[in-house]
Order: sequence, then C-alpha cells, then structure tokens
Amino acid sequence: MKTVTLTLTKPPELMLEGQNITPDNFAGKKAAEIAALDVWEGKQKGPLGKYFTVEGDGGATAAETKIVLRGDCTRVKRIGQQMTAGEIVIEGNADMYIGGWMKGGKMHVKGNVDSFCGIGMEGGELVVDGDAGHHLGASPRGEWRGMQGGVIRVAGNVGNDTATFINGGTIVIGGDADIHISTHGEGGTVIVKGNTKGRVGGQMVKGDIYIYGTIENPLPGFSMVGEVEQEVDGETARFAHYIGDLGERHPVSRGKTVYANLYTRI
Amino acid sequence: MPKKVENVGCPYCGVCCDDLVVTVSDDGKKILEVENACAIGNQIFHHATGGERVKLPRLRQPDGTYKDISYDEAVDYAAKVLHNAKKPLIYGFGSTNCEGMAAAAKVAERAGAVLDNCASICHGSSFLAIFDNGYPSCTLGETKNRADVIVYWGANPAHAHPRHMSRYSIFPRGFFTGKGQKSRKIIVIDPRHTDTAQVADIYLQVKQGHDYELFDAFRAVVRGHEIPEEVAGIRREQILEVAAIMKKARFGTIFYGMGLCHSDGRNHNVDIAISLTRDLNDYTKWTIMAMRGHYNITGPGAVWSWQYGFPYCLDLTKKDIAHMNPGETSSVDLAMRDEVDAFFNVGTDAGAHFPIEAVKHLRKHPWITVDPNICMASEISDLHIPVGIVGVEVPGIVYRMDNVPIQYRKVIDPPEGVISDEELFERIHRRLCELEAEEAAKGQAKATPEGVRAEE
Repeated sequence: MKTVTLTLTKPPELMLEGQNITPDNFAGKKAAEIAALDVWEGKQKGPLGKYFTVEGDGGATAAETKIVLRGDCTRVKRIGQQMTAGEIVIEGNADMYIGGWMKGGKMHVKGNVDSFCGIGMEGGELVVDGDAGHHLGASPRGEWRGMQGGVIRVAGNVGNDTATFINGGTIVIGGDADIHISTHGEGGTVIVKGNTKGRVGGQMVKGDIYIYGTIENPLPGFSMVGEVEQEVDGETARFAHYIGDLGERHPVSRGKTVYANLYTRI
Repeated sequence: MPKKVENVGCPYCGVCCDDLVVTVSDDGKKILEVENACAIGNQIFHHATGGERVKLPRLRQPDGTYKDISYDEAVDYAAKVLHNAKKPLIYGFGSTNCEGMAAAAKVAERAGAVLDNCASICHGSSFLAIFDNGYPSCTLGETKNRADVIVYWGANPAHAHPRHMSRYSIFPRGFFTGKGQKSRKIIVIDPRHTDTAQVADIYLQVKQGHDYELFDAFRAVVRGHEIPEEVAGIRREQILEVAAIMKKARFGTIFYGMGLCHSDGRNHNVDIAISLTRDLNDYTKWTIMAMRGHYNITGPGAVWSWQYGFPYCLDLTKKDIAHMNPGETSSVDLAMRDEVDAFFNVGTDAGAHFPIEAVKHLRKHPWITVDPNICMASEISDLHIPVGIVGVEVPGIVYRMDNVPIQYRKVIDPPEGVISDEELFERIHRRLCELEAEEAAKGQAKATPEGVRAEE
C-alpha cells in the first residue's frame, strides 16, 4: 500500500470542498498530478496543491492507496466522499460529508467531524475518535433509502437526526445522542452507549436500536414486550425489549407483523 | 374624482386576499382608502404614499453616512460585489413578485451565488418533510367549501393571518358548509392559549417542544393501539376524543405553523403531521397545509423548483449543478460558519430576522439591501437600493399559501425613477455579463487556471 500525505498549509478563507480527496481519485497518480486535482472554494476552482502540500504517489488501485491528512482540516468538506476502497486517515478535525456515500474502504478521523458524515453510506468503515454533528449516517434530503450498509463508529457524542431512513449497516455511538434516532428506519442497527434526549425510533418500520443509558422522553408509540439477553458489539447484556413505532405502518411476514425493536439496557 | 380600484390583491400575508377595494386620489398619486383589508394590509397600502420614500440608491460613505447615487452606479456596485465574491449569498424574496425572483435567479446563476429565500428561517422545514413524506394538501377553496373539522397546530392566524379564519377555515359558508361556523369543529393545539385558541371548540395545551410525541400518540390511537395515560401534557381521554372527531370528519384540514417548524425536530414534526394526515385518509378525507407567512413566499419555491429543481437553499456556485442541503447551504448556517463573503438582502429584513451572531458574521463582508422601505437591514447595509412595492406599485404573479398563482395588479405608479425588482436584477445581470466579458478580454482569469501544478 502506498501512502499519500496531504498537509494543509494554506487554509481556505471560506470552506474547501475536497470531494476529489479519495483513494479512487488518487490511484495511479504521481504527487504532482494529485496536486493538480480540483478543489473548490465557493465558485473558485483551484488545484489541490494551492492549499495542501502533497508527498508520495498514489498506489496502482484505490485499494492500494492510503491518504493521510495533516494540518487543521476543520474547514475542509467532503473528504472521502463516494470512496470505494483504500484508506484515509485524518489526523485532526474535519468538516461536513466526511465519508458521505461511502461504498468501501476505511476512514479514520482522529478529531471531530461536523454534520452529514456517512450520509447515504453503502459500505466500508468510518471511525471517528471525537464527536460527530447532526445527520450522522442519515439519508440525503428527500431520499427514502438511507444508509444501506457499512459500519460507523463514533467514540464521542452525536447531534440529532442520526440514521434517518436507515436501511442497513451499523452505527455505534460511544457517547450521548440528541433527538431523533433511526427516524423512518427500515432496517439496520444503531447502538448508543450513552444517553439520548428522545424521539428514538419515531415513524420506524423495521430495524434495531440499543440504548445503554436513558431516554429522556420515550415515545408513546413504543410498547414493552419483555426482557431479553443479547450480545451487542461484543458484550452480552440484559435489555428491556420494546416494539414500535405502533403508529407507523408495518409489514407482515409469514403471518406475523414485523415491528422495529428498541432495547434499553437494564 | 377619486378612483376606486376593485379586486386588488393584498401584499401582506400568505392568505393573499384578492377582494380589496382601494381608493386612489384624482392625480393617481395618493392612496386615500383601503376597504376589506386587515389592519396590517391596510397599513402597507397607506405606507406607500403616506410618508417620505427613499427614491435613489444610497451608498455607505467612509464616515458612516449614506450618499444618494444613481441606479447605474448602484447596479455597477452590486454587479462588482457579486463578481468579486467567492461565494455570495442572495437571500429574501418573501415580499416580491415571481418575475423578480426569476430575474434574481438568473443573476445568482451567472454570479455563482447561493440563492435562498425566507423559507430558510420559516417553512423550509416543511419542504424537507414534504421531500421525505409527500404533501396531501388541497386548496383553500376546498377547505372553505368542504371542511367540517379544522385543526390549527402551532399556528396563530388571529394575529399572523388575520383574515384566514373568516375567508377560508372557520366562519365562511361554503358549498357543502352552508351553516358556516355552526357546522364546523375547531381544534387548536398550541402551548400558548392564543387568540386563535379562544375560538376553538377544543384546545389542547401541548407541552412546548413535544408535538412529535403527541402526533405519535394520535397515530397509535388511530391504528387502535394503547397509549400512556398522559402524552406531552395531554390526558389520554382528550387524545382519544380528538382522534375520534378526526376519524368521523367528512373533510378535515390541518393548518400548521411555526409551532411545528421551529420547535425541536422541525421537519420531523411536519413529517409526522403528514403521516397522521395520510393515516386519517384510511377513514375519511384529510388534508394538511402550511400557513405560509408572506404573500409570495410560496413563489420562490414554485419558481426556483421549476428553474433548478429545488425550492430554497440553492448552492449555484458550480453554475451547472444546483446543490441543496439545508444545514449546509441555508443562509443562517452559511453565515454562522463564515462560508459566504457577500450578502444580498432582497425584499425582506435579515437585519431583524436573523440571529444577531449571523448578522455580525455577514456584516464582515459587503451587504446590499434591495427593499422599498427603510428597515433594520437597510440601515446596516453598504448599499440600499429602493424598488417599487409589489402589489401597490408593481404588478406581478404571486403564489398563495395553497400554491395557487394570483395575478396582482398595481394601483398607483412608483415614485418617479424608482424601478421594479425585476428591472433591477435584469440590469445587474447585464452588468455582470459585461464584467465577465471585460475580464475575458483582458485574458486574466480570476480563478487559478486548471491544471496548474503545486510546485509551479
């Protein structure tokens, strides 16, 4: 695997849109060619090399390319957007859409990320050591097929609207989550190891949510059906099992109505 | 002899009353009387000729004062600001006509700007819910003629849309609603006991910020499930009673306002309201409608959706791609994140409506206000360009809150020399094209040319 190191030396005045910073776009390119790739600051298109110094060449394919981003990327959006393979490591913070529409490969952010990270994700792994903003792993606006697959791990807290319209894949949140988790969910799994504010599983059709802490305002559409012991994220624990959202439509499979499951740790 | 102009449309709120009668003086220069309008609509007409108007663009001077300049100079200044900015923001349009909106969109596309309207801080969350969940709506005429149950949820038309209740929802006698108010059940759901709540048959005082839970409870009840004894501060019996009334209605309409759009969850509150409306259609006919604020705030949604496919928060910086994602491309977020470097405030008052922090961020860069009147935004601008008042001095198409287009007329001429929004933006567009041509002739592309290597 070959490593390309980008160091942000000239931060943008506004925000930088770096949708070209993916192993797919860097593969098969020399450092100088990578520096000539387009990035956007508002309506101004400039070469990547105007903002970053580029060291190292890309691998032959995306899977053989690793990108390391250094410097303060707090104002750089869309890193790793639509990547299919390879690896990206962001040494600090990053802005919005990190790992958006990701199909494969691995991303590791050592700081915090802003909103819309991992939206429309189909595969791969997105790991954030800090906090994430709103709409983590959610669907893009108006899209009723949300996250399809892959894994998102956030060690810290997340904002609201996590996993809206989730259809598959897993999101693990180490800290607390704000309102709206798996709203309109049709599958997938969300695990929150901290506390949540409320609206957990609203309008949810199918899928699983595990809450280790408390739900400040539980929804009236969820009804407790019993207690279960389950293995979640490598550890076994006892959970109270709720089904819902009873206000929402639910499919019938083999004569039985399928509900979404909400588990709260006992 | 004073002239009476009949069937005049009112340029105030989203109800778009089109039955006003305006009396104009002999010389056609003064508005003497306005009949049928509410107190606010009345004032808009009288304001046009009642006092001093700004008749020339005003440019901020180094000493902080304003100096009158010509429209040509103002157009040149505005075009240069747009041309030189990396990401200008053009925002407003609650109170202008669709022709002006289309011309402004042309400018935004040419300039590579972000184009946003007041929905961004108002009913924008309704758009997001409509994208996700559809919009089982109707026209106000259908509500007037058919509805026997009306729900106002988080809306206070008694103050915000003064003639909404008398023209369309509670009081009018329609084709199938000949008994007027007597044949209608009015349900008001609001954390505050508003003046609208005073005319309600049933008032539910929902706990502030918990509308989503209450909707969820209604939906569970409509599907025949048990709910807890109390949800969002409302007792179970009351929820069951209202759900039964809704299911038994012949035709119902939910009118919702800022109570849903601007409490926690925003678009999700509207989203679940739409879901409830859909559920109720298993039993009877139910519709839902956003109580849009300004008389033509529905307009930019209609015009720009037709032009670009999105109603608001349009990022046109890539020129051939329209991108929309509120939270990123919405005006207040752009301002708070320091993501724009020029601001156009058109036919609204961002100075009064935006959070003060957002205003401070925007004020670091050039700020241009296009508005007939003096407002907070015009007083902190670098350039204030006055235009004619749509519906009073400028005719045009406006969209009512139920997406019905109405042709507005003018009753008097604008002050001498004052132009319309449409003409202003057409002139800015022409000047922008000239600036681009001049730059191309000089052969100095402003953006770094493509393919330049980092080491070069």
